[in-house]
Amino acid sequence: MCTYQTEQLSVNGSAKGPGGWFSLSSATVYFDHPAHYPAEHSLNIDFLNLGGGALSRVAVELDPASARELARAILDTLQAVPRY
Amino acid sequence: MTDSLRAETIHLKGHGGVEIEAYLAEPLDDGRFGGVVVIHHMPGWDEGMKEITRKFAAHGYLAVCPNLYSREAPGASPDDAAAAVRALGGVPDDRLVGDVQGAARYLTSLGSSNGRIATIGYCSGGRQSFLAACSLPLDAAVDCYGAFVVGSPPEGSPLRVGPIVHLTKDLSCPLLGLFGADDQYPSPQHVAELEEALKQAGKAYEFHSYEGAGHAFFATDRPSYRPEAAKDGWQRIWEFFGRYLAS
Repeated sequence: MCTYQTEQLSVNGSAKGPGGWFSLSSATVYFDHPAHYPAEHSLNIDFLNLGGGALSRVAVELDPASARELARAILDTLQAVPRY
Repeated sequence: MTDSLRAETIHLKGHGGVEIEAYLAEPLDDGRFGGVVVIHHMPGWDEGMKEITRKFAAHGYLAVCPNLYSREAPGASPDDAAAAVRALGGVPDDRLVGDVQGAARYLTSLGSSNGRIATIGYCSGGRQSFLAACSLPLDAAVDCYGAFVVGSPPEGSPLRVGPIVHLTKDLSCPLLGLFGADDQYPSPQHVAELEEALKQAGKAYEFHSYEGAGHAFFATDRPSYRPEAAKDGWQRIWEFFGRYLAS
């Protein structure tokens, strides 16, 4: 199924895509059909610059367990640098 | 009839007279043929949708699949275009109707057209096929597992589409609906609610729901592909179009 489970958030940062580095404006997080990863569903993240056109995108498609591990690692890493 | 066909990217005038790209497939036999506007799924104007468009031509129909994401992402790969449109909230309904109308006009302008037009859409295109059939004079329409004809996207979704079941009274043609019983968008309850609306409005329709199939069971390049459901679904489509698109 298309789950349509989607969350969009504003983000500050940069990403490197096919055309080089670009500034980020948002991330779209959704659980849906992947374009490349061979599974019915995956946790997908599009890092985007909405004003930069369709090529201002870095995409990842993760299996759910990998996505949870990634989320845990991000939070653990940030926990270790509390002044940030 | 032979199976000779020609398929290529063309440009046609969509909503507001804006030129958009589209994929055209047409039989090379002499004769006049019914036209099918293929409305692509949410992942975009990709290889799978072009393959489906060619399949219609191989079965004796003029078929065109407009790139509904042309404006946001000209020349981008289908997945980049789909991501851009998803982030922007999806394709507006009025623009969709205008693009389908432009595609239908393009088909009926061809010398080999018999003047009859159907729409078929997959995933988000299923809803859009129903929307087009409630907004334009068509001869037939097919909704393949279209979400949000009934119901709304989950809370927090950037997708700006809402239910359109209230338009059922305006449906201009018979509707064929093909659904997966394991799907959640649309769920069996959503399908039942649409069927009830069609009954109440006295509209001609034919629905089939397949056990063991979920969303996107026609998509041969995805793990969701269900050969038995897809095979029967295609047979239903050929029978339906044979009935309503013949000269």
